Amino acid sequence: MRVWRAIAAAALLAAAPALLAGEIPIDARRSGYSFMGPDTRAMQDDDTSNPGMLFVLEGEALWGKKTGNAEKSCADCHGDARSSMKGVAARYPAIDKALARPVTLDQRINRCRTNHQQATPLLYESRDLLALSAFVAHQSRGVAISAGDDPQAKPFVEQGRELFMQREGQLNLACTNCHDDNFDRRLAGAPVTQGQPTGYPLYRLEWQTLGSLERRLRSCMSGVRAQAYDYGSPELVALELYLMSRARGLPMETPAVRP
Amino acid sequence: MPALINVPAKAKRGGVIEIRTLTSHIMETGFRHTVDGKLVPRDIITSFTCRYNGDEIFRADLFPAIAANPYLSFFTVAKESGKFEFEWIGDNGYSSTASASIIVE
Repeated sequence: MRVWRAIAAAALLAAAPALLAGEIPIDARRSGYSFMGPDTRAMQDDDTSNPGMLFVLEGEALWGKKTGNAEKSCADCHGDARSSMKGVAARYPAIDKALARPVTLDQRINRCRTNHQQATPLLYESRDLLALSAFVAHQSRGVAISAGDDPQAKPFVEQGRELFMQREGQLNLACTNCHDDNFDRRLAGAPVTQGQPTGYPLYRLEWQTLGSLERRLRSCMSGVRAQAYDYGSPELVALELYLMSRARGLPMETPAVRP
Repeated sequence: MPALINVPAKAKRGGVIEIRTLTSHIMETGFRHTVDGKLVPRDIITSFTCRYNGDEIFRADLFPAIAANPYLSFFTVAKESGKFEFEWIGDNGYSSTASASIIVE
């Protein structure tokens, strides 16, 4: 009897590493780019065939345009985005000192609009907001992601990690079940990636337009038949922060192209 | 609407050059419905033209099955230095232009 119990315990211990596969080792982290076919890669690599660059151009025009009651443009405070915005998107979502919680790049742009330009905030996924955040994030292309390094951000990274590990929806799946445990396999013919958010906002061929990481997260949530969190909700921001900290060190690609 | 044009800055006389154009447009097919059942009206680019120093060298008709932000690539012979002019025409009076210059040696 005692022998059998010892064998059972040994078998459980042997199986434990497989059950706790969990997080991807740092040197095995890969951008979604590496899961794409040669045609889609070529589309992203050439700035004159990457449709995301059209939004970057629009964003550049908006950057210099005066707006709101303050009659100020982004450039009036921040100057040339090529130097002032370099590396900024790689740090977002970042802690907002006044709010004492993390804000996404979209939320930062809208806070600037309401506080400094005295303009109305732009709607989530609106063309202007996507264009501005694509323009700002494009200045960080090639910069290593460092979001979540701020010690104040740690509890929010942890909240995001818990959400990532939490099963949800009628299919009862957590993000980790696909993106940690089963990447490089296929789901209905499409490659399952690691879910590293290196190129947002990105041009998704399926969407026929540019979209934010929140839109992508929400479509995964409806995919597992869960109720998606609202745009800008603390849960989505925490998830976004965890995903960015999980992609630590990978270079920014904005605007990426994905199938 | 912004457009991205790729024309080589310099070319040899008689050489074949590739021209690539990408423009911003939603290309709404006219076959889709909103959640409350209303038809979304068609809004597409219907025609694209390229002129080389005033002469039309390429024209394309576009249809609802063409994806958003149409990308067109074509070839021509570099005859002389000058200007390429591009024009996109579409539904609801849509019109957009762009240009690029080339030096032929």
